[in-house]
Amino acid sequence: MNTFDYVRPATIRDAVAAAAEPGAAYLAAGTNLLDLMKGGISAPTRLVDVTHLPGLDRIEDLPDGSVRIGALVRNADLAYHGDFARRFPAIAEALLSGASGQLRNAATVGGNLLQRTRCPYFYDPASACNKRNPGAGCDARGGDNRLHAILGWSESCIATHPSDFCVALVALDAVVEVEGRAARREIPLETFHRLPGDTPDRETMLEPGEMIVAVRLPAAAARFAAHARYLKVRERTSYAFAVVSAAAALRREADVIVEARLALGGVAMKPWRAREAEQILAGAPANLSLFRRAAAAGLAAAKPSGDNTYKIELAQGVVVRALTLAAAGTPERMPALPGSPFAASSGVRTHA
Amino acid sequence: MPDIALTRAPAHVRHGSNIGQPLTRRDGVLKVTGAAKYAADQHPAGMLHAVLAVSSIARGRVAFLDVAAAKAHPGVVEVITPANRPTLAQDPDEKSDPFMFRLDLLQSDRVRYANQPIAVVIAETLEAATEGAAQLAPRYEVEPARVGLDAAESFVPPAVGVGNPAQVTRGDVEAGLAASTRKTAETYETPAQFHNPMEPHAIVAAWDGDTLSIDTPSQGLAVAQARLAGLFGIPPDNIHIRSPFLGGGFGCKGFISGPQILGAIAARAVGRPVKLVLRREQMFGPVGHRAPTRQTLRLGADQDGNLLALDHHTKTISSTFDDFFEPASDASHTLYGSAAIVTSHEAVRGDIGTPLFMRAPGEATGSVALESAIDEMAQACGMDPLAFRLKNYAEVEPISGRPFSSKALRECYRQGAERFGWARRPLAPRRMRDADGLLVGWGVGTATFPALMFAGNAKAVLRRDGSGVMEIGAHDMGQGAWTALAQIAADALGLDIDQLEFRSGTSDLPDAGIAGGSAHTATAGMAIHNAGADVIARLANLATNDQRSPLFGAGNAGVIARDGRLLRRDDESRSERYADILGRAGLAQIEGHGTGAADAAAQADYAMHAHGAVFAEVKVDPDLGQMRATRVVGAFAAGRIINPRMVQSQLQGGMIWGVSFALHEQAVIDPRSGRPMNANLAEYHIPVNADVPSLEAILVEERDPHVNALGIKGVGEIGITGTAGAVANAVWHATGIRVRKFPITIDRLIEPR
Amino acid sequence: MNFSISLTINGARRNVELDDPRTTLLDLLRERLDLTGTKKGCDRGQCGACTVIVDGRRINSCLALALSLDGADVRTIEGVAQAGRLHPVQEAFIAHDGLQCGFCTPGQIMSAIGLIQEGQAGDDPERVREGMSGNLCRCGAYQGITAAVLTAQKALAAASRKEVA
Repeated sequence: MNTFDYVRPATIRDAVAAAAEPGAAYLAAGTNLLDLMKGGISAPTRLVDVTHLPGLDRIEDLPDGSVRIGALVRNADLAYHGDFARRFPAIAEALLSGASGQLRNAATVGGNLLQRTRCPYFYDPASACNKRNPGAGCDARGGDNRLHAILGWSESCIATHPSDFCVALVALDAVVEVEGRAARREIPLETFHRLPGDTPDRETMLEPGEMIVAVRLPAAAARFAAHARYLKVRERTSYAFAVVSAAAALRREADVIVEARLALGGVAMKPWRAREAEQILAGAPANLSLFRRAAAAGLAAAKPSGDNTYKIELAQGVVVRALTLAAAGTPERMPALPGSPFAASSGVRTHA
Repeated sequence: MPDIALTRAPAHVRHGSNIGQPLTRRDGVLKVTGAAKYAADQHPAGMLHAVLAVSSIARGRVAFLDVAAAKAHPGVVEVITPANRPTLAQDPDEKSDPFMFRLDLLQSDRVRYANQPIAVVIAETLEAATEGAAQLAPRYEVEPARVGLDAAESFVPPAVGVGNPAQVTRGDVEAGLAASTRKTAETYETPAQFHNPMEPHAIVAAWDGDTLSIDTPSQGLAVAQARLAGLFGIPPDNIHIRSPFLGGGFGCKGFISGPQILGAIAARAVGRPVKLVLRREQMFGPVGHRAPTRQTLRLGADQDGNLLALDHHTKTISSTFDDFFEPASDASHTLYGSAAIVTSHEAVRGDIGTPLFMRAPGEATGSVALESAIDEMAQACGMDPLAFRLKNYAEVEPISGRPFSSKALRECYRQGAERFGWARRPLAPRRMRDADGLLVGWGVGTATFPALMFAGNAKAVLRRDGSGVMEIGAHDMGQGAWTALAQIAADALGLDIDQLEFRSGTSDLPDAGIAGGSAHTATAGMAIHNAGADVIARLANLATNDQRSPLFGAGNAGVIARDGRLLRRDDESRSERYADILGRAGLAQIEGHGTGAADAAAQADYAMHAHGAVFAEVKVDPDLGQMRATRVVGAFAAGRIINPRMVQSQLQGGMIWGVSFALHEQAVIDPRSGRPMNANLAEYHIPVNADVPSLEAILVEERDPHVNALGIKGVGEIGITGTAGAVANAVWHATGIRVRKFPITIDRLIEPR
Repeated sequence: MNFSISLTINGARRNVELDDPRTTLLDLLRERLDLTGTKKGCDRGQCGACTVIVDGRRINSCLALALSLDGADVRTIEGVAQAGRLHPVQEAFIAHDGLQCGFCTPGQIMSAIGLIQEGQAGDDPERVREGMSGNLCRCGAYQGITAAVLTAQKALAAASRKEVA
């Protein structure tokens, strides 16, 4: 790890000023940043420790019915917050499906949004990576890419975003509140993360020095509590990133879907909001055939970026299952294996 | 049938109660309190930290290392490269015996594999050494890497595994196939795998003149001592290795590795103690691995399901500079009674680190292919896979015709099947679902592992106060040696285990042989057993020749040692305490020595193997392909069980390795660069706790009078064999899809559709 | 640059002079404070061997910058047994043989203590397995580990009911 200056500002304004210098990075828990620094992928020369900034670790109900989650709220605290988990079960389930108990205890909301891809070529300084080194090339193309993107990728970059939390947030129209040199501003999470295009090194809409202070869920997001699930397919029962995941949230009246929200993880460099699928679902009676049509629409633009053609079919299956699980209703208790196809006693038969 | 000596002096028989007891781990308290010291926990005064720089290319040479930048980093004391590495007494590439593996000790700027050590940076702090190594920013002359099983032209290796022939033939396989009603021919592929013990290789080395003291994890103290002696040109007795605790070995700590030796070289170069610990990514290259294989099995059976032919061919790979060939085909020698068997191997050389013994080397790899192939033939014959295995049960060892020294495999099948509930298994695949609609599959695999012994020595002492000491340079990498061997020692000395001081884990004690091949309990145990017999015999002589002893004249009838007393065998009321015998003789203590080694005659006459039957249930999501091994039951017969608790743990650990083999672990090597792209524990998947919800090991009783006097066979590796195949077969039974490329990952399950 | 931080480690307040901002809590414990019970298995937050309890929560100490923990309360394996008496989790690990080589064991035990304190898994084996999945064990002692956690959880729950009564 390179040596660095360490500063611990007392106010957000001081933090922003310290972080606006080139080579500076924000340090929250450090569960991603320190890993990147140890791997030689990130080498900030100044760490701006924000963990002691006041007022950023609250979960607040706002007068307009929205909920503001401070950027320093720990992943575990959010997931286990009884009231929050009841209103936003898919978000809680997504959080609990990610990482490990230890990592969830430390990692912050802000850090989760800003975590970097786990593409092995990004993580390997000896490999060519346009994200780390614009113009260097993309060694993932033609390499080990079985877990890489099928949507929104470009010739420059086929990596995926690893967060589970963000998938559920995007499905529910979360908004990111940001502080910078200028006034506080807001960015819908759906546009916060950028697709690679020709500039995979530009990953978010943040300007240098800007700091996430909160994530806000609009009042509408709480309408789905009765039918909201997160589903995560992975190569181990726990402690592994998604191969493909989905957050599905429905509003039902009898067997008709009034409104649907759907976002996919593990398929692109950002959570993939499947609006075409949502439109097919809205107003239609919930059944398997509807879900399959929605899945097909949601993945219509999918293209393999390497040895990952299977992901397209898998993603369709994940969509159908996530919708099926959501339609059946949010379980009363968080499953023992959150997000898992093996989360038993869902009461839902997976196949006729 | 040759006479087997039960003890060195048959007249003196042990009646101990320690062997067979499920004692809790004697080092348990040290381990659960964090007081057990592993190599990297040592901090001698004046110690410096060393960190390796390793190659990011697989083939070529290091053209430039920015030594100046590294040295300029605050805290860096020295940088060792091929340019300034101190001279060694021996060329690291010298190979005077097949198990003297060639090492990378900075002897040249040539690079032979990715993650090869290319420099050592030594600093005051770990942070400085780590960053100093990064500052070297190597530049390379890169040559195209030869990656994978098709990288080069293949050849037939002169030997495979521990020195077995590459090709073995019995009967006429082609004739057998021609006569078969049913034939199968399939190819199975297994990936590169890395041992990944939780403890990375580490060494704390300190020189005092020409004396070298090291703390390092070792499965082979004496071998390491000899290797170091040769390289440094000093007498072996000048080398003191302490390895009281290893954080796992699985074969990668059996021979002292290049990185460990570089730590000793670094200490010599700077004249201060040095600690060198491998980073996790550095565990993928210089400390051995299991090579990938491509195995083709051809089977032929008659209309009743009797195997008429079994042809098992393996293609594997070794490094460009040394030989280790994974002997996967040999798995077909001992299990199924085919009239004709041929096993063969071919290999290529690639730009990889030299492969090495990795838990059940050849046995695990061959087993997953063989058990899959057997299942495919059972399916072709329309037979239940267990019934097919029983049909082809071998009463004598198929490849040699020798009788088995013991074989309780039928009982393993029976007990395992009953416990598992196998009788309810539908024959056809894709017929079972659980209440949630998940596909359920049940598979079986046969487990087998040779009952090996190496050679080891022990020294036993009985003391005037009636207590005893057993000294042996044995190794405990988690298998429970410190408990099981102490139990054997206590019985061998006729003492309660708490009256015994058990000393082990350093090279200053008698050579116990390598802890590998599942042979350690048998080898070290027999050395201990014989050392005990020797010292008891000497003590008995003092008593039986002394008129003042109640045992006077008992020589012919013999004496028994029990609870710190010698008793006349024919009249137990006549006895006396060890303490009294020694006291009367005016001795402070009495010593004995013992050797444990294989009985060559017995080994020639009998095929010696442990056996087991593993039954696995796998659930598969029908649409998503995610798999989980929800129930695994293994019934194992491994002769005499010294400590059932330790053995249960070993078997369960082995079964988890089998689940891992079938469903999880693989090193992903980039075909262009030859670099492992998942050289970390996030992406190199070993099972997590939630992956194995239900695991059970049944110990089937078995007495073997031939393997050794204690009847021990060893259980460290057998758990993998049979399990990987059982899980693979269960996946087929759940889905109807036969995946022949391991691990079975979701994409490999979905792709065929 | 030198930094001075204050940590409470296993109940004892200590002032620590950090000569290197890069020092993680793990390396502080192991290399500077001679508390080597906590182990380094991967240094990248991927194995859990380095688990300790900071301010009441189990975390991976390899990914915690010591500098940022000024004022924190840290509990390590060395502080678990009290006055020579093993903690119920430690006793249970021995009784159920939830260990083999022992290298992951301190991390498993700290993680188990943290898991039980979190109070989410209760006596459900599946929740315990999931909750302990951040601690890799290459020896494969998972059956014993899970059984140990369940036993300890029961013992601790009974003890706290007694206290309340």
